[in-house]
Formats: sequence, C-alpha cells, structure tokens
Amino acid sequence: MADETYPQDLRYHTEHDWVRVDGADAVFGITWYAQDALGEVVYFDPPAVGTSVTKDASYGELESVKAVSDIIAPASGEVVAVNDGMQAKPETVNDDPYGDGWLIRVRLSDPSELDALMDVDAYKAYISGL
Amino acid sequence: MSDALRTPLHERHLALGARMAPFAGWDMPIQYSGVREEHRAVRAACGIFDVSHMGQIGVRGPDAAAFLQATLTNDIDALAVGDGQYTLVCREDGGVIDDLIVYRLGEDEFLIVCNAANVDPVHTWIAGRATPGAVVTNRSPQFAMLALQGSEWEAALAPVADDGLDAVLALRYFQVIETTLAGARSLVARTGYTGEPGVEIMCPTDAAPAIWDALMAGAHAPSPAGLAARDTLRLEMGYPLYGQELSLTRTPIEAGLKWACALDTTFCGVEVMRTQAADGTAERLCMFELTEPGIPRTGCAVLVGDDVVGQVTSGSLSPSADIGFGMAYVRSDLTPVGTDLVIDIRGKRKGAHTRPRPLIDTSPKKED
Repeated sequence: MADETYPQDLRYHTEHDWVRVDGADAVFGITWYAQDALGEVVYFDPPAVGTSVTKDASYGELESVKAVSDIIAPASGEVVAVNDGMQAKPETVNDDPYGDGWLIRVRLSDPSELDALMDVDAYKAYISGL
Repeated sequence: MSDALRTPLHERHLALGARMAPFAGWDMPIQYSGVREEHRAVRAACGIFDVSHMGQIGVRGPDAAAFLQATLTNDIDALAVGDGQYTLVCREDGGVIDDLIVYRLGEDEFLIVCNAANVDPVHTWIAGRATPGAVVTNRSPQFAMLALQGSEWEAALAPVADDGLDAVLALRYFQVIETTLAGARSLVARTGYTGEPGVEIMCPTDAAPAIWDALMAGAHAPSPAGLAARDTLRLEMGYPLYGQELSLTRTPIEAGLKWACALDTTFCGVEVMRTQAADGTAERLCMFELTEPGIPRTGCAVLVGDDVVGQVTSGSLSPSADIGFGMAYVRSDLTPVGTDLVIDIRGKRKGAHTRPRPLIDTSPKKED
C-alpha cells in the first residue's frame, strides 16, 4: 500500500474523491484516506463511456473482500474514458491512488462546480477532524 | 467502543497495527496486513487467530452425558474421553440456537464451545433445562482461545509445547488433550474453522499473552490473521456461520447439517428434523459460484428468470480462486450441483451455478 499523501494539485470532495483538471477534461479518483478505509480493493465496477455522471451522486462501485462502496462524483459531466487497468488489477487503487489508480476521465459540463471542492489544506483539515 | 470487551491480546493486536472493529460485543482484530494476504498465508503456511471471544460452557456430573444427549443434536454417546464433535443446540421447532463443538474431557465432564454472540442464549437454554445431575457453568471468562491453522502448524506450535508435540500429533481430527503451553495447563484440540490442518488452543486467560509472544517469537512464527480472513476461509469451505446461514428460523436439515443430527436418538427438536429429513424442506442451503465478474453479498436475491427463488446468506470474492461465490438458501429443487441461477447484485443480474462444497480442495495438504 502507498504512503499517506494528498497532492497539492488536486481538488477534493467530502466523500474522499479527488479531481485533477486536464484541459477540458477532468480525471476522478479516490483519496489515500478512502482506499485505506476500504482496504484491498478487489473489484471496480465503472460507468460506461458516454454516460453522464452527476456531482454528489454515485457513478460506480469499488469493492473490497468485505464490503462494497459507492464512488461519488465530485463534479458533473460525460464519461470519456474509464481506467481499464483498474478492472484488470483493482488493487492498483491501493498502490497508487493518484496515478495508475485513477478511475474515470470526464468531460465537465459545468467547470464552476469545482469551485465548491476543497483544496489540499482544507481536505487535510477535514479528514483530521473525522 | 469504551464498553466493548477486550481479549487479553488486545495490546498485541494494536501493536501489530490491526484494524479493530466491534464484533459480538468485543473489540476484535478484523485484519492486520490485509485479508487476502492473511487468507493466503493460512492456505500456504500457517496463521494465528485470536478467537478469545468464543464462549466455553462446562457441563459436568453423573447425568451430564444423558442430559447433553437430550439437548444437543449429535450423538454424545459416540464420544470417548478426549473426543470432540460438531453439534447444534436447537429449540423444539428445530430452530438453531447455536452451532457448537462439544469435547468430552472426562467420563462425566464436557466442554462446549459456542459463538461469542450466543454465550448468553446457549448458557441460559442449557442451564435452564439441566437435570440435578448435570451442573452447567459459563466458563468463558476463564479461557482465552487461539487458533493455529495451516499446514505448518506443528512447527509453529513447537516453541510453546512444554510437554513436546508427540501427544498433540497423535490426536485425530476433533480430539482434545490437556497439555502445558508456555507454562500454563491448556486444552489443545485438532479443530478449526478454515479447512486447513491445525489446532485450537484454550488456555487460562492470563496465560494468553505469554503463549502468543512465544509463538510469535518462534522460528516458524505464524502470520497473524483477523476475523475477515477467518470469514473468507470458512466460506470457501462452505462452513455455516451463525447469524448468516444459521438462525432460529432455520433448522439443521435445511442447512445441510443432517450429518450432525443423530435422528435415531431423542433430543430437543428431533421430531421436526425427522419429518424434514423424510419429506424434504422447501429451501436448502447451497454453495454457488458466479460465472462472470462480480461479488455477491448477504441479502442478494437469487433468481431463476424473474422469479425470486432464494437469498444469499454469505458472499465474497474467493482469495484463493479469485471468483465471486457464496452460500444461499434456495428452493430445494434448484440445489443439485450445476443448476443455473441468477444473483441480483444491487440491480445487476449475474450468472451463477450451484457447485459442490468446498470451493477449494485443501485435502492434499492434510495428507502431509
């Protein structure tokens, strides 16, 4: 498992999801905190490319041996790619939650939604209070 | 969690970085390094489980055997001193109060091991029916309990075996002896809940830390394994778990445990079970595996076409075989091996078929 880190360049959602803006797209994933709480992820059930995801709503599932967890979209948009590597090796999200363990790539419908997300300092303060 | 019970090994679990969680009123280690790694360590070598939350109930006296014959489902008279057996305690309607292991420690002395969540119901039920010649005692506070499970259990046990290993190695499956472990008189039984060879140790509560430390300091120290791995290991074997496969609303016959019910003897619930054994039951417990990716969970509906024909009682991803599988109560005509089923996993229909238990074959290692 990776060491606990929270990169500076991401925006964070209270359900422990992160967003990395990449041109007109955004990449979604889950934070170190989320993968640690889940334990070893053994199954990723992604949305289909071309479907819409809605901010604060579930867009897929991650499962550990013991439990299943909804993944919450930190912003709205259309899914333009899903991480096939996560379907082949779901534990990648434990090993590299901000890199190879990314989950989906989304064409944002309202980039201003990102303004409501936390920056890294706010997110660290948030999880320290949980 | 301030009021949760702690085993005598609580500090050891914290020092190992275990993820702790409440279980049956106890603060228990759910996992250490990770459930899959712990599971595979048990299948490949040896794991150690703290199962001190399990209950122990003593029954002794001149009428103890006759009383237990009338109270538990299996044939107590089949036990010689030093033998144990899997058995159940049921109500008159056949509903399961708990599943148990009972050991015959002496001609007139027995020790029952029950589930942590059921210590009070089992003790109350058994004590309430006891005859004057059978004295029932809740001995749970006296015992800590450790399970060493896996093909390398003998080497793992060696550092604490003050009396040597010969007597333990001579035990057959389900037999028990009293022996000295790290200075403390303890019970060692050839039992477990993983399908692997191994032993379960019941030692005085205050002796558990020294035994644990000596085992963990050994040249062949076992891997600590938590309750999450214990659950996936038992599920691969198709062993029922109380609260999942077994409950007051299910009988041993529905659960496929007729082999643990001596229907030619007289015990509480036998009439219902004889009738069910002769006439069949509407539903029966079966093991199934998915034929596509997915992980079934407790409560998922079992379908044939659009008809609900059963419900999943336990489901997981097999850490050994990497497939989704589980156990379910389904309509009895659908239980033959190879029957196609559909499991409704949160609205997604996944193909499955019934299969024989266990999911994986552990027998080659047992021939060591």
